[in-house]
Amino acid sequence: MHNPLLSISNLGKTFGGVTALADLNLYVPRNRILGLIGPNGSGKTTFFNVVTGIYQATSGKVVFESEDITNFSPQKVYRAGVARTFQRSRLLLPLSILDNIILGDHSQLENGLFFNLFRRRALAAQCRQLLDKSKELITIFDPDLADRIFEPVVNLPMISRRRIEICRALISNPKLLLLDEPSAGMTHEETHRLIDDILHIKEKIEDLTIIIIEHEMSVMERITDRCAVLNFGQKICEGTYQQVASDPEVQQAYLGVD
Amino acid sequence: MPEPSKKPSSFIPSAAAVLCGAVYMVFFLSGESQMMVFGLLVGAVLGLAAFKYWRILDAIGQSARDHQGAFSIAVVVAVVAVSLYFYDDPFVLFLLGTVLVNVLTCLGLNIQFGFVGVMNFAGASFFGVGCYTAAVLTGHTAVPHLLVILMGGLMAALLGFVILIPVLKTRGHYAALVTIAFALLFKTFLEVNDTLGGPQGLKAAGLNLFGWDVGQDIAIGSFEGSFYLGYIAVILLLVVLGFIMARRMEDSWVGLNMDAVRLDETVSACFGQSIPRWKITAFTIGNFYCGVAGAFYAMMLGYIAPTNFTFGDSLILLSIVILGGLGSMWGTVVATGIVIIIPEKFQVLQEYRFLLFSALVIAILLFRPQGLLPRPLRSYRTLKSLLGKS
Repeated sequence: MHNPLLSISNLGKTFGGVTALADLNLYVPRNRILGLIGPNGSGKTTFFNVVTGIYQATSGKVVFESEDITNFSPQKVYRAGVARTFQRSRLLLPLSILDNIILGDHSQLENGLFFNLFRRRALAAQCRQLLDKSKELITIFDPDLADRIFEPVVNLPMISRRRIEICRALISNPKLLLLDEPSAGMTHEETHRLIDDILHIKEKIEDLTIIIIEHEMSVMERITDRCAVLNFGQKICEGTYQQVASDPEVQQAYLGVD
Repeated sequence: MPEPSKKPSSFIPSAAAVLCGAVYMVFFLSGESQMMVFGLLVGAVLGLAAFKYWRILDAIGQSARDHQGAFSIAVVVAVVAVSLYFYDDPFVLFLLGTVLVNVLTCLGLNIQFGFVGVMNFAGASFFGVGCYTAAVLTGHTAVPHLLVILMGGLMAALLGFVILIPVLKTRGHYAALVTIAFALLFKTFLEVNDTLGGPQGLKAAGLNLFGWDVGQDIAIGSFEGSFYLGYIAVILLLVVLGFIMARRMEDSWVGLNMDAVRLDETVSACFGQSIPRWKITAFTIGNFYCGVAGAFYAMMLGYIAPTNFTFGDSLILLSIVILGGLGSMWGTVVATGIVIIIPEKFQVLQEYRFLLFSALVIAILLFRPQGLLPRPLRSYRTLKSLLGKS
């Protein structure tokens, strides 16, 4: 595993007296899908939040593409090429599908005030371009959503929202995609449809590494190349899904000590 | 929802609505007796309810959205027509001028509150900064008056910038608290400051643009109009400019970024946005609007005093924004008309206007939180002519 895309060494995060992450070491190779498993409160989402800069790490290092991004601001982490989705889908509900997707491409937008107010023709060209790009992307997931791209997100069912959220993360062509429980709030069948989409996307985009948090074990079995298991902020096991699932310590973490 | 395939509606309903509005305004503004004004008010409410019931309002809204440019021009023409109808009535013209000044101010507050979500409880104070800048500059210097108006805006923007910086790192409504403090401080500061006239206030010179003394009555041939017509022409131009800029901002990445910051700061940060940048931008631009309106108002009124810039006035301005609809520029225009004109024409209400407006705001928040004219979804319509057919 030389030159991993993301390497985490001795990462720690405490909230007052509570240890959310302790001495975590993780290496994520390029173009793979890594699963993160663990009971509730085991530190999975905290891990995402530390990597993306929402929380500051208490100790340890996060190295992404040979660059130390530990305690970078969320803005800088995004610019380095990391995009994410949220556990409770966090779309901007009153805005349209288009706006939500475009937002993910913030670094490509001309954000200057003068440009936006006075160079309307250039703005329109950029708008046109992003409209096409967003439509193309959302069509991969659901062509119907491409036709409704000017409608507000608030009326859409959960699976559509998740798809839009993934598009928002993908439109900036990130190198690393963090998916935080994409199945939350969806039926079993919807979840598997979404997983089909993700696998499909993974085939289309060459350079994309994914870390996924998920409780649905059938999802993990289908999608991941490797899995890591967290418990009380520590990694207790890592390997392929089969290896992890048969590990006695993992079973203990989930089912409790006999 | 605008369907791309649907045929655009006719322009007739919205044109008719503007015409009706103009005629109604003429009757309302020339209404002498309280009974007549009251009757017209009740009539308007009943008429609107009936229109809503017969779905005429929806048709008007659709038509106005489909013909935005033409509709906007029609509204401007209507304002000009109403002003010309009252060409020799200074009271009504001054009232119309005041409405337009407040529209400009509230557009600014709407950029702050409606776009980026910063509540400004010191709208009247930033307006006052513009007023005092104009009074001092016209009283002591020979700066051209167009520049004075600009300076009024810049002073207000600068002051807002300075007081907002310390609270930018905080989340939630700390910025609102700071503006409250500023509003109270500002009025007290003016009252005890003798250089700025203390409680008596200051005189401001009348507006003079490139040798045109706007404060002179207008006489063209046999036509003799009140000098307020000139002021209305100038402020109308400023309002149109401000409105166009606000709409352009809304239909652009700036508007999108501001919406994102308002709705979810964490998500915005995760997608690379600088939260302080957009808060400062919106707050500064909004205060610039307030300052420009203030500088103009000082010159129209001729004198200013601290009593014009109380916390209560700021609250009225904010209630206009809420009443019209957060982020809705047309809503602001309509709501300003309602809030400024009704108490002025309906003298019985004058004393109770704070009570009335508080009740109105509570009612709006309870029954129609999106405001009288809810903000439409961003569809990049102002770009559409540039975008071509989609």
